[in-house]
Amino acid sequence: MNYLYYPGCSLEGTAVEYNISTKRFMREVGANLIELEDWTCCGATAVESISSLLSLALPARNLAIAEKAESADEILVPCSACYLNLKKVEEKTKKDPEVLAELNEILAEEQLQLKGRVRVRHLLDVLSRDLTPKDIESRVKKSLAPFRIAPYYGCQCLRPYPVFDDPESPRSMEPLIEATGATVHSWKMGTKCCGASHMNTKMEVGLELVGAILKGARGADAIVTVCPMCQINLEAYQNKISKINGEDLQISILYLPQLLGLAVGLQEEDVGLDLNLAVSKEFHKKLTGIDILA
Amino acid sequence: MKSRSLKPLTPSLKERSNHDSDKGRNMSQSPQKENEYETSPPHDTLAPVKDMVRACIQCGTCTGSCPNAFAMDMTPRKLWRMVLLDRKDEIFQSRTFTLCSACYYCTLRCPRGLPLTEAMGKLKQIAARENLKAHKKSIRFYKSFLDSVRRHGRVHEMEFMTLYFLSMKDPFMPLKFTSLGMKLMGKRKVSIEIPSREPNSLEAIFRKVEEMEERI
Ligand code: SF4
Ligand code: SF4
Repeated sequence: MNYLYYPGCSLEGTAVEYNISTKRFMREVGANLIELEDWTCCGATAVESISSLLSLALPARNLAIAEKAESADEILVPCSACYLNLKKVEEKTKKDPEVLAELNEILAEEQLQLKGRVRVRHLLDVLSRDLTPKDIESRVKKSLAPFRIAPYYGCQCLRPYPVFDDPESPRSMEPLIEATGATVHSWKMGTKCCGASHMNTKMEVGLELVGAILKGARGADAIVTVCPMCQINLEAYQNKISKINGEDLQISILYLPQLLGLAVGLQEEDVGLDLNLAVSKEFHKKLTGIDILA
Repeated sequence: MKSRSLKPLTPSLKERSNHDSDKGRNMSQSPQKENEYETSPPHDTLAPVKDMVRACIQCGTCTGSCPNAFAMDMTPRKLWRMVLLDRKDEIFQSRTFTLCSACYYCTLRCPRGLPLTEAMGKLKQIAARENLKAHKKSIRFYKSFLDSVRRHGRVHEMEFMTLYFLSMKDPFMPLKFTSLGMKLMGKRKVSIEIPSREPNSLEAIFRKVEEMEERI
């Protein structure tokens, strides 16, 4: 399995552990990630507020580079915001040749051209459809049976383009979590919005949204995420939110490939667990208490 | 035919009831002059948004689906009504559109299949283009972000936050971020080094996009 790989800016900064664990886990299951050379920012969530054309041009540049690569024709994207930006270009150029022509006029500035050959895929899409639960089960060295895990999908990996799962009640993470031996915490908050960049510009609103999600996770050992923005919103403000709500709402927050990696026997540092902002002592304790399967 | 010159901020009643005659209007021009409006942009900037929500049947599904509705001073359903009525004052004095966090629930569920998240984005773009003071904070945030991207090709988180604080001219702003900043620095996740992409900025692409947008 060969995939082109677009890590995106967050995975080089606040979400390095997502980068580390994605690469490591994919290698573990025999997938080959080829990082795009010279990739640039996709515009994140900011660009849509400034210019529609730029919001297509920035991801288009990366897709054009991906087409040149020729070593694979699918591009794997772990960040949901990057994924949506890239996917939007794929979808819009497929439907509207005028958009494609416009983008190519811009890309000509860098002697690049977009034909529409590359398919954009979210990490969760690849994990849930190109792998089978058996692929994971057969590799499990550390059964995560003591853990109860809440799957958090967030918004942009399934909306507005529900490519690989039901955008109202997704289940794609459940077989993956179960394959590790862990129990799925069933809840209603898995597709609710974390507020995205509200934490920067309208913090009170962001705190309210994340508070509701943390409350929904009561009883779970951890929430797993598939997006750097969701991750940091869920992990970085737990103290503040607990104070506001007069209740201890602290909970461990992990990226999905970190959880999967731990189950297949990777060490905590192999999946960058020391870099997370919210992993509780109890979580560590449970983890070290598990016997390694022979 | 409506005139294309700048109009008074509040459209007359006649114009309000005439919004349907906008169908098929030529969208290819809009006044781009700098202006000092405090809260509201000039006249026909709303045309592309109107086109997006024209088929709205006011069912309220968007409002019922919006996670941020609790914090909005005008519901999304009402916002679309105001757009179709050309009520720019109400729209841009309200902070409803700035509270859209692009969760795409409304877009997914709208029974008319309207691109509502994109329409929210368009309103944000209008506010940014017109530099509306009421929305200074979010606009500055987005602009600093893109300045950093334009220069380096990738986001440089520290630089972008610094640009943001500078442009807000509010020395106390960073305090709100101190605890997160400390946490991230403790994990060596934010550095003060400039990333390596300097020689390959996105200047050419940004400039071309600006040029093409001016053509419209
Ligand atoms: S869901 Fe669609 S049709 Fe219903 S009020 Fe909202 S925009 Fe109008
Ligand atoms: S996309 Fe924006 S307006 Fe629509 S439901 Fe989500 S936050 Fe509300």
